[in-house]
Amino acid sequence: MPKVTLNGKELEVEPGTTIIEAGDRLGIHIPRFCYHPHLSIDGNCRMCLVKIEGVQKLLPACATYVDHDMVVRTDTDAVKKAVKGVLEFLLVHHPIDCPICDQSGECYLQDYYVQFGLYKSRFPLKNKIHKVKVKDVGGDIVLDAERCVLCTRCMRFLREVTGTDELNIFGRGSHSEIDIYKDQPLRNRYTCNLADICPVGALTSKDFRFQCRVWYLKEGKSICTGCATGCNVFVHYHGGKVWRMKPRFNEHVNGPWMCDIGRFSYTAANDDRIEKPRSLEGEKSVVIDWDAAFYTANLKIGEVKRDFGAGAIAVIASPRSSNEELYLTKKLAFEVIGTPNLAFTPAVVADDYSDEILVSKDKTPNSRGAVELRIGPQDGGLDLAGILDAARQGKVKLLIVMGCCLGDLDDDGAGRVVSAVEYSINIAPNESAVSQATSLVLPSASFVERGGTFTNEAGRVQRFYRMFLPRFRAREDIRILADLGRRLGADWDYKNEEAVFDDMARSEPFFAGLDYRVIGENGSEAGGR
Amino acid sequence: MIRVKKISRPKEMTLSERVYLLEIAKGLSVTINHFISNLLNPRKIPTIDYPDVKRPVPARFRGRHRLTKREDGNPKCVACMCCPTICPALCITIEAGEHPDPKIEKYPIRFDIDMLRCVFCGLCVEACPVDAIRMDTGWYTMPEKSRDDLVYDIEMLLSD
Repeated sequence: MPKVTLNGKELEVEPGTTIIEAGDRLGIHIPRFCYHPHLSIDGNCRMCLVKIEGVQKLLPACATYVDHDMVVRTDTDAVKKAVKGVLEFLLVHHPIDCPICDQSGECYLQDYYVQFGLYKSRFPLKNKIHKVKVKDVGGDIVLDAERCVLCTRCMRFLREVTGTDELNIFGRGSHSEIDIYKDQPLRNRYTCNLADICPVGALTSKDFRFQCRVWYLKEGKSICTGCATGCNVFVHYHGGKVWRMKPRFNEHVNGPWMCDIGRFSYTAANDDRIEKPRSLEGEKSVVIDWDAAFYTANLKIGEVKRDFGAGAIAVIASPRSSNEELYLTKKLAFEVIGTPNLAFTPAVVADDYSDEILVSKDKTPNSRGAVELRIGPQDGGLDLAGILDAARQGKVKLLIVMGCCLGDLDDDGAGRVVSAVEYSINIAPNESAVSQATSLVLPSASFVERGGTFTNEAGRVQRFYRMFLPRFRAREDIRILADLGRRLGADWDYKNEEAVFDDMARSEPFFAGLDYRVIGENGSEAGGR
Repeated sequence: MIRVKKISRPKEMTLSERVYLLEIAKGLSVTINHFISNLLNPRKIPTIDYPDVKRPVPARFRGRHRLTKREDGNPKCVACMCCPTICPALCITIEAGEHPDPKIEKYPIRFDIDMLRCVFCGLCVEACPVDAIRMDTGWYTMPEKSRDDLVYDIEMLLSD
């Protein structure tokens, strides 16, 4: 195994490791623009020049493999001078419009100028070459060619990951600029990754453009709720709102990327939220408090059970709920209410696009979890189609709906089904046709306001974390279900999702052997594997 | 440890003090002296007819904010959010918008300063990279009849 000594620190690496990778492992940051760990090596920016003992010239750390007993220094005067010189060249035609640039605060140029530059500009302002600004290049991307350092990360991403190859460098020398071919905008579903990998502000996201300064944002770990792939994400939030999502590296699921469709799924946490528990009295909906809501729910469930038997109650679970919530919903239906009618809304196909890279056909984060938890009717119970039919005929007297969807019914159809039922309860974070028609609406927390686990389509159980308390008067689903269960006479003492998970791991074979505290940031494969 | 300082008080007033009349005459003489000298010499009166007359403010006095304009009348502000970031009283609210001119690119569609929260520290002026916000109006009295009127919006801040 080759051994490298980097700034006096020794590290043994496998053959084929570059110096920059060894530096990252040792925690020594070698400045870079064109190097990206998940793209091919280009070596064009020359920022990562290092001094290797016994070699006359400085060599790029990203394109030099570690050799036996290599001694490398990144802190000699020659290296510092070279990096400063490279930076000065890169900044020659840069517009330095940091105040209006969305990248400022997370820009490599800014960071490296403070770290290595700090020179006075020797280039007269009037000689700067002006290039195209604010160009919509398609997808979710705005191009500003003046800010570009021509690192070609974007070109390599489009060539190697999506294979669509829309961007290229046009012109020569100082007049080189990145652009799309004439009238051929970006046409893949992964464009937002370009804004992520662009080390400067040349490619920025339209969706995030001018929305929030990055230094306000706090970061939390979560799972994308856009489809069943379950990409690991960072959620950036500020002031009780989610502003954007960025991919979080997980080699087992999404690698370092995520798709545009999933990236915009964060809006569900901000918009169209159900704010307060409310009850439909006649035509009017009245805001009530949580105690009154639980009291009413308890009363109604009791009445229906007394008059028509538990078989007149049906529960529809949601594949957008976490494993814990699904488990608790099942327990509530079978053990507490005692109805055999339980179903879940299968994969909701709003946009049936899918591809081999990340996007799954199934657009819900936890339908695999619902399948593995055997969310479905008990002996003699009704399945989803059965429940919907019975509801239309008025045979279902009380319907409990988790989430916003009823099968693949459109708004009209869902509204009609819910209206046909004598009494209905909806537990959901967002307004929908269902919540508009239900008798009792209980607002639940969005995916950033609660914690739990999702099972992705490959059977990987992954945790998502709570970032802030539920907004408005919403409550976590676990808390709502547990409170409802207790009112109905169950002896549940679930304080949080961890307690529910422990219980689930004991009783559900698919989750056997998993530990909520051990699942970790990258998830665990379930099902005895 | 608390230290107590003892002060000696006059035990008894003298006769002239007890009579009071003499002391009243002494006090009145001061008042009458000022009255006559002001009457004969009105220019030397140290007070001014505030609020009709105001004292000149020093050049670096931090008064009410204003937003400066470009030559074409657009605000200079580029909504970079430096001032709300530095503001210790959290009184500035900016919403950025896309300007049709790509050379300007970003501009504030909303710029509110909550004067009830402002502590007139002047850090927003220091932080501004484009000299868009200044506190050089010399204006320090801004009473309004409602709290809402004291949240200054962009039109108000651009008006002078």
